[in-house]
Amino acid sequence: MEYLWVFLIGGLVCMLGEILIITTKITSARILVTFVLIGVILQAFNLFQPISEFAKAGINVPIIGFGASLAKGAMNAVESSGLLGAFVGGLEATAGGIAAAVIFAFIFSLISRSKTK
Amino acid sequence: MKNEKINEAYNSYVEARIPKTKAWPSLFNSFWVGGLICLIGQGINDLIIYIFPSMSQQSAWAWTLIILIFLASLLTGLGVYDKIGKFAGGGSIVPITGFSNSIASPAIEYKHEGIIYGTCVKMFSIAGPVIVTGIVASIVVGIIYFIIGLF
Repeated sequence: MEYLWVFLIGGLVCMLGEILIITTKITSARILVTFVLIGVILQAFNLFQPISEFAKAGINVPIIGFGASLAKGAMNAVESSGLLGAFVGGLEATAGGIAAAVIFAFIFSLISRSKTK
Repeated sequence: MKNEKINEAYNSYVEARIPKTKAWPSLFNSFWVGGLICLIGQGINDLIIYIFPSMSQQSAWAWTLIILIFLASLLTGLGVYDKIGKFAGGGSIVPITGFSNSIASPAIEYKHEGIIYGTCVKMFSIAGPVIVTGIVASIVVGIIYFIIGLF
């Protein structure tokens, strides 16, 4: 049952992206930016946590989750270390994902041949 | 005046040439592919917690995302993810795997321009704006949160 909700909510979020693509013809970079900002805003108003408890991966795997952990990291770090936390917290919370994306992209670009057109 | 006419002609030409995405099938495909990617993420997460019961939920999520990012980079390297992208559109862009693909894809494509000016520079051509806006927004939220906390 839990898995059904993950599938349905995750699917709906992705479909929302597809609706944006079809209606406004925006590029994938803008889609990603839009969804990251949605995540930041949801977290800023403390709305992300209740959705996440219910939807789990359905909301955490979409890039909305990345935006939410940026904002959540900043807010938590402000609580523990004051104003400095606003600057440190966001990247700290998302460092794993960014670093993983960079290192794997780097490795696979070394291994695979670039397609000449 | 003449330029405007040329622009108009050009725009209508471009309009005619843009590949038309059929709305309903693409919505359906983005829905089930996106849902499936989230489902795989949940599966990986549950498996990690099953194997390492003492791991905190936060660390388990971090590992889940790293594994998803690894898989997406691998599929991008094999040229599979771009095919999924053509088929599923938003379903492959919106999940974190799409973020990973947006880094790996140009990194591989521009490899022939050299490791520094090709791979390293082009790596962030799409992900750069995402990370920049994300960081800016999170700092703004953090500062506002700090100011609210003062009262």
